[in-house]
Amino acid sequence: MTVSRNGSRGRRAGATRYSAFDLVRRGLSGRDWPPAWRSHDLAGAYDAVVVGGGVHGLATAYCLAANHGITDVAVLDKGYIGGGGSGRNTAIIRANYLTPEGVRFYDRSVKLYERLSVDLNFNVMFSQRGHMTLAHSDGSLRTMRWRAEVNKLQGVDSEVIDPGEVKRLVPAMDTSAHARYPILGALYHPPGGIVRHDAVVWGYARAADAYGVHIHQDTEVVGIDVAGGRVRGVRTTRGTIATSTVVNCTAGWATTVADMAGVALPISTFPLQAAVTEPVKPFLDTVVVSGTLHVYMSQTDRGELVFGASVDPFPSYSTRGSLDFVEGLAGHVLELMPSLSKMRVLRQWAGLCDMTPDYSPIMGVTPVEGFYVDVGWGTYGFKAGPVAGEAMAELVATGKTPELIAVFDLDRFAEGRLVGEKGAASVGH
Amino acid sequence: MMLLPCPWCGPRNAAEFRYAGETKARPDPDTTDPHRWRDYLYARRNPAGWTRETWLHRAGCGRYLVAERHTVTNEVRATHPPAAGGGGAAS
Repeated sequence: MTVSRNGSRGRRAGATRYSAFDLVRRGLSGRDWPPAWRSHDLAGAYDAVVVGGGVHGLATAYCLAANHGITDVAVLDKGYIGGGGSGRNTAIIRANYLTPEGVRFYDRSVKLYERLSVDLNFNVMFSQRGHMTLAHSDGSLRTMRWRAEVNKLQGVDSEVIDPGEVKRLVPAMDTSAHARYPILGALYHPPGGIVRHDAVVWGYARAADAYGVHIHQDTEVVGIDVAGGRVRGVRTTRGTIATSTVVNCTAGWATTVADMAGVALPISTFPLQAAVTEPVKPFLDTVVVSGTLHVYMSQTDRGELVFGASVDPFPSYSTRGSLDFVEGLAGHVLELMPSLSKMRVLRQWAGLCDMTPDYSPIMGVTPVEGFYVDVGWGTYGFKAGPVAGEAMAELVATGKTPELIAVFDLDRFAEGRLVGEKGAASVGH
Repeated sequence: MMLLPCPWCGPRNAAEFRYAGETKARPDPDTTDPHRWRDYLYARRNPAGWTRETWLHRAGCGRYLVAERHTVTNEVRATHPPAAGGGGAAS
């Protein structure tokens, strides 16, 4: 794609720039803030249509406009923006993966997150508080060592620490040898942390809107028109759009949308449940993960503990919570921190994870010309939002697959070139 | 709690079972080609709707069974023994 039908509109004149001065001015004057993004009527044609208004879709649209001057873009979401995986994840950001390709890719994402608040003029509250993955067995300690060395070779700060250091960083942790699964060490990754996930979605939406991108909520895609091996248009519940470019940035519905274009994806959709407790005083300032116990936890700025686990044991599109999950979760959390036995769970929820056979995403072109995929994000999609958006926008704008994502192509399954990330991705978030 | 009716044991908690995958026929390794074999390994229908899949009643009779389940509501409308020849007992 090279020509923009409506031309490059640039940043919208008069778009409010958030600043401390503006905050004080509006606070004193009591004037309302303008909406962060606008609603539009559905146009009959767009240069590009992005399906899915989560962090991936909005980042792709933003980068198309900001990096490549393609502003005649529509982002479609069947619900509200950030209502899917982007609003249901546990907001953990890290780059301590296992394969060199994975580490490079997620490291770029961490770098983009580090400056995202400035780039988007929206505080995303990225807190790089450190990320710790516990090892409870010789096998997992060996994998931690492996990951630490791969990370260091790629310039990513990761090291293996002993139980004494774990105790120093997280005093509430039971590091005794009497534990059911004694802690033998941990992979410590200082640049990792948590971010305010809604803010990332809203920040991208606002910044994309300022460039003239149309964000259409409550607009479900019901069909994709393909003729002669090319994308011709998108049918939605609000009307039909003529376009030659469709980017599938959905999670949970990746195969449903790809099926409309006649593209088969090697994906199974699994729910992943998470829970949050009542707020307490700050006592945990790192992210703690245990693959053996299938749990990861962090304390939010509000004091709540956020817990996540592994995906449910069978594929489903249901987002109902289960008692099995909270029971198992509570037991595992108490193995690590017995002092939390009086904490109460406030609520639990589930998000949909599109799992691929090798626990790596699928990004790039498909057999249908003009139909791109940014899918298969399993349980690790949120942390990759900015870099995925950057890479997908470059692919759509230039027609060339960026080096950074070349290994994540759809053809790798047919050609037997899997990028095995299970050792670092399956519960390690 | 989700109930799954085992053809041999009756309705039981789904936690007693292990999901074993969508039912699909295993190609003959001696005559198949790499393309069909990889399809068998990796391709999934993954429908948002009714699907036929294999489960193992591991905490019960230890036998494989085929279930027809709706993946959006998790309703199970039928279960039956796998087809003769093992076509249903994938993985």
